[in-house]
Amino acid sequence: MDAVQATPVKYDMEVVRWFSVAAIIYLVVGTLIGVWIAAELAWPSLNFIPEITFGRLRPLHTNAVIFAFGGCTLMATGYYMVQRTGATRLWSNGLAWFTFWGWNLVIVLAVITLPLGITQGKEYAELEWPIDILIAVVWLAFGLNHIMTVAIRKTSHIYVSNWFTMSMIVMITYLHVVNSLAVPVSLTTSYSIFSGVQDAMVQWWWGHNAVGFYLTAGFLGIMYYFVPKQAGRPIYSYRLSVLHFWALTFGYVWLGAHHLQYTALPDWTGSLGAAVSLAMIIPSWGGAINGMMTLSGAWDRLRTDYILRFLVVALAFYAMSTFEGPVMSIKTVNALSHYTDWGIGHVHSGALGWVAMVAIGALYHMVKKLWGTEMYSDNLVNVHFWLSTIGTVVYIVAMWVSGIMQGLMWRDYDEYGALTYTFIESVSAMHPYYVMRTIGGLIFHLGTLVMLYNVVMTVRQASAARGIHAVPAKA
Amino acid sequence: MSDHDKIYSTKFQDRIERSTVLMFVMVAIVLVFGGIVEIVPLFYLDRTMTHLSPDVKGKVDSKEISPIVWQRQAGQSLEDWKPGDGVRPHKPLELAGRAAYIREGCYLCHSQMIRPFRDEKDRYGQYSVSSESMYDHPHQWGSKRTGPDLARVGGKYSDEWHRRHLKYPREMVPESVMPNYFFLDDKKVDAAKVKKTMEVMNAMPFYPANYTEADIASAAGIEGETEMDAMIAYLQSLGNHIKFTEDVNYRD
Repeated sequence: MDAVQATPVKYDMEVVRWFSVAAIIYLVVGTLIGVWIAAELAWPSLNFIPEITFGRLRPLHTNAVIFAFGGCTLMATGYYMVQRTGATRLWSNGLAWFTFWGWNLVIVLAVITLPLGITQGKEYAELEWPIDILIAVVWLAFGLNHIMTVAIRKTSHIYVSNWFTMSMIVMITYLHVVNSLAVPVSLTTSYSIFSGVQDAMVQWWWGHNAVGFYLTAGFLGIMYYFVPKQAGRPIYSYRLSVLHFWALTFGYVWLGAHHLQYTALPDWTGSLGAAVSLAMIIPSWGGAINGMMTLSGAWDRLRTDYILRFLVVALAFYAMSTFEGPVMSIKTVNALSHYTDWGIGHVHSGALGWVAMVAIGALYHMVKKLWGTEMYSDNLVNVHFWLSTIGTVVYIVAMWVSGIMQGLMWRDYDEYGALTYTFIESVSAMHPYYVMRTIGGLIFHLGTLVMLYNVVMTVRQASAARGIHAVPAKA
Repeated sequence: MSDHDKIYSTKFQDRIERSTVLMFVMVAIVLVFGGIVEIVPLFYLDRTMTHLSPDVKGKVDSKEISPIVWQRQAGQSLEDWKPGDGVRPHKPLELAGRAAYIREGCYLCHSQMIRPFRDEKDRYGQYSVSSESMYDHPHQWGSKRTGPDLARVGGKYSDEWHRRHLKYPREMVPESVMPNYFFLDDKKVDAAKVKKTMEVMNAMPFYPANYTEADIASAAGIEGETEMDAMIAYLQSLGNHIKFTEDVNYRD
């Protein structure tokens, strides 16, 4: 499609290649750690040394999938889209390489510190203060490079993907800076300046917006570029994009409070969070419909285009999670769902079904473009698609059942007005579902291995082909 | 039908889309509202904190109910505090235990936040109130109960039960899925670090601990204790700071 251009622009794509491959490797590693900690909950004897106990590896899992896999995907696609949509090279290729090595240094430091128990103890923001500073520096470098590349674009309008990326860059900067404010005790220990109820609110303002901007706005940017590209159709509705973007940018910020229903957070804050959460169904579904309808007239391609399958199923999961989330934020539902596995299931229907699937679709698309080749095996892409979909469904079904069961067991009373179940009875009742969840995660993980193999073979094939042509050229 | 062959943009939206600066500024502005509205008032609205909430404060002032926050008299040490005297900062050994609690990621499976439901009252006790975690930098409310809530675990079990349970949980509770924390027994607490932590807690911009010099000096006394001792001291201190009176509304 875009291989033929009137005036070919030379893009800075080497850094995108490296980020893409890194993202795929981190997807494999991050899901593997996930499978391991899932197994630890099913078979607790697996916690044999302190460094791999659930409490230490769980933050490593979340950091690996969110910041390593998610971050590398966002930077790969961010740099890719901003160049292509603006018909310009990066503002600074050198700064892009700085973000590559800087971000990977953050990941290496996370892998070292988290198993050692070096943590700030704030969920989804565990890394200690020196690493937090490094994250801020690298993030700002990425933001500056992205926004400056938007500024030097050759096109008149800024493409919608870049709006989403920009809103992610700004919001994550706000969140990371405020939520990470801490007073150090030593190089490896610090304590948040916030405490109790205020800290809880700041923490979930961060927690939910890491989901809302990093994992949603950022990946919606991906959706708005790669779905039209892969489908070969322009985005369905410009108006829906505008509505989707501004409503999400304004509204998502308010949702964090719904994580704290019935806690010691004042009622008004949680209710406000829930009210805005419900309102967010409209723009979220608008966006999902916008993506889906882009395929109108091209639905038949789903039969043959396995990459498109990833993107479309991702949109279906996006629609489902953005409905489920607001429902769970309603107080009466939250009273049952909070503290249970339902929350874990909800996160994973978003993380596996939406974030990972749309990212995988985009990564396959980019691998083909970046190395100028077809995939080594399209059938393996299809195998990966089914492993991802089945794995995700098995995972979230297990968590729905266990979550709702937990919630019901905890609140159940017998005919004498006493609690029917002890807590530990609810724990042992979870065992089969924890096993099922491990299997679902394992199936998803196997899919990522198939992807890694397929991509490595594709790159090798492309390099070999280039080598053959290169010899006579040199001579 | 799709509308991609028409332009529906408003003039302002069109201007935003053409200008990197305008787009950046608009995004930066639109993004701040939610955080400001939901977070900033929590720092100044009295009703956010139980001990400042007018109704509760009135009842405390008229001695109708026990104090929410410990009013320390001059010359009193942390050891003079008794359960029910109100929320106090953590003692040195408890701080060491709390550091281990955070390090091991206990908050990932245990909440410290009891909700105002009948079953939670029967299972865990009185619902939690905001002032109870005012000295907790960061909060440990948690978001998941793979294990039970710990907000009022203090005094529920003996020290010996905790010791055996923490080492090998399945020895006490066969169905438990908790990791074995036998290694807490082998590690000594770092008294110098606890001392530094107390100084840091005093330097906090929000809810500083106000440890006295004598309090901070007392940190030296925990030298030789194990992390197991510290963890148990921390767990035994959870939830008994306030003496709650039946049928009083502590949240509004």
